[in-house]
Amino acid sequence: MELDSLYQEVILDHYKHPLNKGLSATYGAQVHHVNPSCGDEVTLNLTAEDGFIKSITWDGVGCSISQASVSIASDLLVNKSFSEADAILDEFTELMHSKGTKQGNPDVLEDAVSLAGVSKFPARIKCALLGWMAFKDAAVRIKTTTGGE
Amino acid sequence: MAFNAANVRKDFPIFERTVRDGKKLVYLDSGATSQKPLSVINAEGDFYKFHNAAVHRGAHQLAEEATDAYEGARLKVAAFLGAREDQIVFTKGATESLNLIAYAMGNAEPGSRFALTSQDAIVVTEMEHHANLIPWQQLAARTGAELSWFEVTPDGRLDLSNIDSVITANTKVVALTHQSNVLGTIIPLNEIVARAHAVGAVVVLDACQSAPHMPIDVKELDVDFLVFSGHKALGPTGVGVLWSSVLDDLPPFLYGGSMIETVTMTAATWAPAPRKFEAGVPNMAQAVGLGAALDYLTGLGMSNVHNHEVALTQYLIEKLLHVPDLKIVGPTDLDSRGGTVSFTVGDIHPHDVGQYVDSQGVAVRTGHHCAWPLTRKLGVPATTRASLYLYNDESDCDALFDAILGAQKYFA
Repeated sequence: MELDSLYQEVILDHYKHPLNKGLSATYGAQVHHVNPSCGDEVTLNLTAEDGFIKSITWDGVGCSISQASVSIASDLLVNKSFSEADAILDEFTELMHSKGTKQGNPDVLEDAVSLAGVSKFPARIKCALLGWMAFKDAAVRIKTTTGGE
Repeated sequence: MAFNAANVRKDFPIFERTVRDGKKLVYLDSGATSQKPLSVINAEGDFYKFHNAAVHRGAHQLAEEATDAYEGARLKVAAFLGAREDQIVFTKGATESLNLIAYAMGNAEPGSRFALTSQDAIVVTEMEHHANLIPWQQLAARTGAELSWFEVTPDGRLDLSNIDSVITANTKVVALTHQSNVLGTIIPLNEIVARAHAVGAVVVLDACQSAPHMPIDVKELDVDFLVFSGHKALGPTGVGVLWSSVLDDLPPFLYGGSMIETVTMTAATWAPAPRKFEAGVPNMAQAVGLGAALDYLTGLGMSNVHNHEVALTQYLIEKLLHVPDLKIVGPTDLDSRGGTVSFTVGDIHPHDVGQYVDSQGVAVRTGHHCAWPLTRKLGVPATTRASLYLYNDESDCDALFDAILGAQKYFA
């Protein structure tokens, strides 16, 4: 059924066994984002070195989509340069706004293509983007304060 | 004739459609907004088709008809609440009604009845919708008044054990909901009104979740202000009601056309209430639609509507208590509670519950329901909420029950 396109097995796996959950003791930037319409929350720690993302850890409460999505993002974006991460983020955002017309490129988005079905459920797009927007915010802050060093 | 939800449903065109690939629409989100009977849709349409003109202006037949229709709606609201027509103000919604009261109090002349200072206090409760919390938070911030509140007990009732220290001689306003939009709790109003009036405070009652569901008589409630929204009471969006017995003492909130008595280049005086509070061309077609909605409700009888919902709420709660791992957030006894039932289902996030039951055609609300301090207090980040109305019946509760069991299998 249609619902299965939303709740892919990969998503439920990430939800039940999230990656990088648990905040690191140190960080270059920390952000806290909420989805005011449903109360989902994520706190995200970002550490960078030489223009590369060294670690993303997070904690949060929320639905399977929001929690799986931040798990996927934290795994996908680590060890990428900020410009690579920006490009992935743009591609993911475009996928989320595709209203079900795009599949997503697995070479770029890896597990994140499993979230493609979210784009058919307008109320859930914000859930899927919560962690990614938190990352984007943290990246801006870290670049502003340290120049990405 | 006995109340029959199946017959009622025939008056609502939306139930002719299906959702999610041909499934019957099971609408359990009337706490957010109600569906509309054809008579309301037609009343709004007919106003535009046959009578459209700016009310209270114009020397022509259409203006007369429009004014009659609009003022006729005011009479219907007055009758619905057991009030006088000059005590009824049309707003664009309950949120505006509440903001109107708070802003108007903020405009009160220093020393006058409604003027607030740092010596005064405003009392709310922990179970307020944001619309009956934030306007008072802001008024307190602007005037220096203290904001205090009644707490909520773990079983979702108002804790009145400290009523004499919450409502004190300094209290000027007590603003509270009649029925919680999250828990369904109906509050012990009499005790609060008695205490508020004993210290000279006015009581502002948010009746959004009660007025559409039970007989209301403002004289019996003995409050000073009552608000409700049209769209939760079978009416159109864009129209709300503010009733008050003390409008004469309250300064205006919005200034402009229609609300004046005389105007010079440097000053103006105000028309008597309710016109003083209705600046600009009002939402005429929507007010007329609300009149039709109240006609519909009155035709069925508010006692019949209420009795139907009480019986159905009992059925729903008993059904839900049979779902493993399901926890009702709010009272499980029927004493002083309405047909709004919030719950959690084990570890399944409410958003996921809502999505699954939607796939089965069941429409519920999920989240904090615009009452974030309340859900935080009760220790749940969010809940799933089913809210009943006159067109629901036992088959809708059964559909929700089956869908929740389905969600548990799906997310196991």
